[in-house]
Amino acid sequence: MSIKHFDTPTTNTWCPGCGNFAILMTVKQALAELDIPREDIVAVTGIGCHGKFTDYINVNGIHTIHGRVLPVATAIKIANHRLKVIGFAGDGDAFNIGIGHFAHAARRNVNMTYVIHDNLIYGLTTGQTSPTSKQGFITKTSPRGEWSIAINPLTQALTAHASFVSRTFAGEPQHMKEVLMQAIQHEGFALVDVLQPCVSWNKVNTYQFYRERVYKLEDENHDTSDWNKAFLKAEEWGERIPIGVFYREDRPSYEKNFPALANGPLVDQPLERDMDALFKEYM
Amino acid sequence: MKCTGLIDDTVTIGIGGEAGQGVGRSGMLLGKALMRAGFHAFGNIDYPSLIRGGHNYYTVRTSQRKVTSIQEKPDLVVALNKETILIHQSEINPGGGIIYDEKEKIEENELARSDIEYYPIPMTDIVKELGGPDIMRNTVALGAVTALVGLDSMHLKEIVSETFEGREKIIKMNMAAIDRGWERVIEFDYGFSCSMEGGDRPKRMWLTGNEAIALGAVAAGCKFYPAYPMTPASPVLHYFTGHDAETETAVIQTESEIAAMCMTVGASFAGVRAMTSTSGGGFCLMTEALSMAAITENPVVVMLGQRPGPSTGLATYSAQSDLLFAVYGAHGEFQRIVLAPGDVEECFYLTTHAFNLAERFQIPVIILPDKNTIESHETVEKFNSENMIDRGKLIREWESDEEYKRYKYVEDGVSPRAVPGTKNALVLANSNEHVERGFVTSKSPQTIAMIDKRFRKIPHIKKAVEKLEPIRVYGSDNPDITIVGWGSTKGPMLEAMGMLSGEGISARFVQVRIMEPFPEGLNQYLTGKTILFETNRSAELGTLVKLNSGYSFEHVGLRYDGRPFDPYEVVSRIKEVLQ
Repeated sequence: MSIKHFDTPTTNTWCPGCGNFAILMTVKQALAELDIPREDIVAVTGIGCHGKFTDYINVNGIHTIHGRVLPVATAIKIANHRLKVIGFAGDGDAFNIGIGHFAHAARRNVNMTYVIHDNLIYGLTTGQTSPTSKQGFITKTSPRGEWSIAINPLTQALTAHASFVSRTFAGEPQHMKEVLMQAIQHEGFALVDVLQPCVSWNKVNTYQFYRERVYKLEDENHDTSDWNKAFLKAEEWGERIPIGVFYREDRPSYEKNFPALANGPLVDQPLERDMDALFKEYM
Repeated sequence: MKCTGLIDDTVTIGIGGEAGQGVGRSGMLLGKALMRAGFHAFGNIDYPSLIRGGHNYYTVRTSQRKVTSIQEKPDLVVALNKETILIHQSEINPGGGIIYDEKEKIEENELARSDIEYYPIPMTDIVKELGGPDIMRNTVALGAVTALVGLDSMHLKEIVSETFEGREKIIKMNMAAIDRGWERVIEFDYGFSCSMEGGDRPKRMWLTGNEAIALGAVAAGCKFYPAYPMTPASPVLHYFTGHDAETETAVIQTESEIAAMCMTVGASFAGVRAMTSTSGGGFCLMTEALSMAAITENPVVVMLGQRPGPSTGLATYSAQSDLLFAVYGAHGEFQRIVLAPGDVEECFYLTTHAFNLAERFQIPVIILPDKNTIESHETVEKFNSENMIDRGKLIREWESDEEYKRYKYVEDGVSPRAVPGTKNALVLANSNEHVERGFVTSKSPQTIAMIDKRFRKIPHIKKAVEKLEPIRVYGSDNPDITIVGWGSTKGPMLEAMGMLSGEGISARFVQVRIMEPFPEGLNQYLTGKTILFETNRSAELGTLVKLNSGYSFEHVGLRYDGRPFDPYEVVSRIKEVLQ
């Protein structure tokens, strides 16, 4: 399948050089290589620069509200588990307003991919501090430097028992594509935290910053089945920043629990039930 | 058949005890037994927000005719603890009685009424002797109740056996408990002035408004039910979790009401009928995603079971104080439908309509009952559930050469709705204002065109709701007084109308069942003396009526202590107005 297949006629409004371009391109490449029919894919987006994704990729989509990608995506998967559901959220969307849903989607093991466009800053609202902004980071709303310790998406995912936890870098499209393909094929909740430079508002965590620091876990024989090691690797952030798959496990995904889904997707099942049998209890 | 109470043709039985003593369950079983014996019944539970301790009180009012409310003065009280005796003995109608446990440490002078009977029953001793759990005391008491009113205990036994189906030892103990309660009344030759004589088992159901709403949703093809627990709406969630396999419904206890509404939108987008339920506080959290449902044109159904606020308020009581919130809550301009069922039967049928309306017009539909309906039991004629599903413009195939556009401009504003997974059709829903294909726009002509498309639905929605009896009128065409109300006040108003007629006062009751779009034609009934009854402090329906029709009520009857109206109280208020 050609990646052109996924193009839309809309005009892209991201800033030139934005990490989102690389994410968009590699998501299209991953889907093309996996050869999934467009009509069987649903993209769910939140609010933020990433939210334009649904305009730029020609699959089914629902552009939702701030922080609510996960409950909407969860329901789509349960309503029709034949669909490939991919959620996209910014770091503010996912870990400020939406953090309440994150642990639940992870512990339920909702069978979906969750891509975080993690630029450590609020972009669309013009440069405020983000939950993943590092301590001391200066923004419009943290003029004396961010006071709080940053939220780490990977350790959040690990403690919530996400069954696939990964990170990649928008400056490494080949690596990003490989991680995305694994995540999309994973049966369960797959987190892909993408280090995404924001060229307009984040002058610290730039392409250059990451290029000097990132290294690949797969080059260091990291054992993805070892949760404790994954946690230690996830905490590493300094001279060296690891990318790749930190942790994965096979665990029945959420939709396997529902008796109603045993006979196929809910959306295909008849609506009529034997009401007399149900009334009997009250007669 | 016959039913003679102390003050009218109804018998009212109160059951009181601590939370955890099985008060609600006993009331439910008694009402069901009465139904099997051919009677109508109405049951209401009054309880504080506690798991153990606190005072729970279930009232069953029964008659051979349809009963639509309780009244506050019982003929008979079952006291499962001493507190019940002390609280409720003063309310009992003269000639009535109170059943209590002989073991209760109570002084002679605490049994203060000389015009009622006291019936000590060795509940604890009987249960001990039978080797049953303490909670079985209420089975003994129910046996005594049937004996006192002169009913066959067969119905009660049947129901208890069905309840414990498969657990033979427990059934055997409970049968013995019923017999022992019964025998005690006979042995001591307890006299009682109420009497009942049963008839054939009717084709009726005994259930709560919550259960009727759950069944209505199932009958309407709801296949996805996400909800967060909140009184008084949680029993709908319990119904679905308890019946998810046989109803083939996916049920999720969500992390919040925000998630519940977002999931409802998500499932609906994917083409599955979905609903959630909550109360006022939860609905606050849902309003953001309600707006998302509106702009994305994903049909959703939400039940807002009202209880008194603001905030936590009177968590386990009833109110009609979220009417304006239900009609106006959520940001932006969009059309919704608000249905206000007034009894258990209306809970069922309006819920089935809710799903059809939501899908036909691709809009949010709110079902707005109050606790007094959804947590009250009522006997109703068995529901008719045939041919009730209409999915509107839902499509599962797209054969056209033209590209599918989710928000195509169409004359009636309702665009064909494909679901994700449809061959040759990609579905894009958008919370941003959008063009026909679903892509974001902020351009002026496209914005105006899309808003106008959504608003073109309104006349069609109005036409559709007019067919659902948005106003129901009961009683005289040429009345001395017109009573207006909605929701759970319907029951007490109908009872009061009957009482007034017995006193030569002709009344008419006008029930508003659909609050949005507000029905046309209410004014034709607002002639002569009128009075508006609501269970809130500010007469919210009065505000809506004034806004929509310009009419102001001179007289109102407002109750805002969380309790239902007593028909006798309604009658005296009306007499005041007529004087």
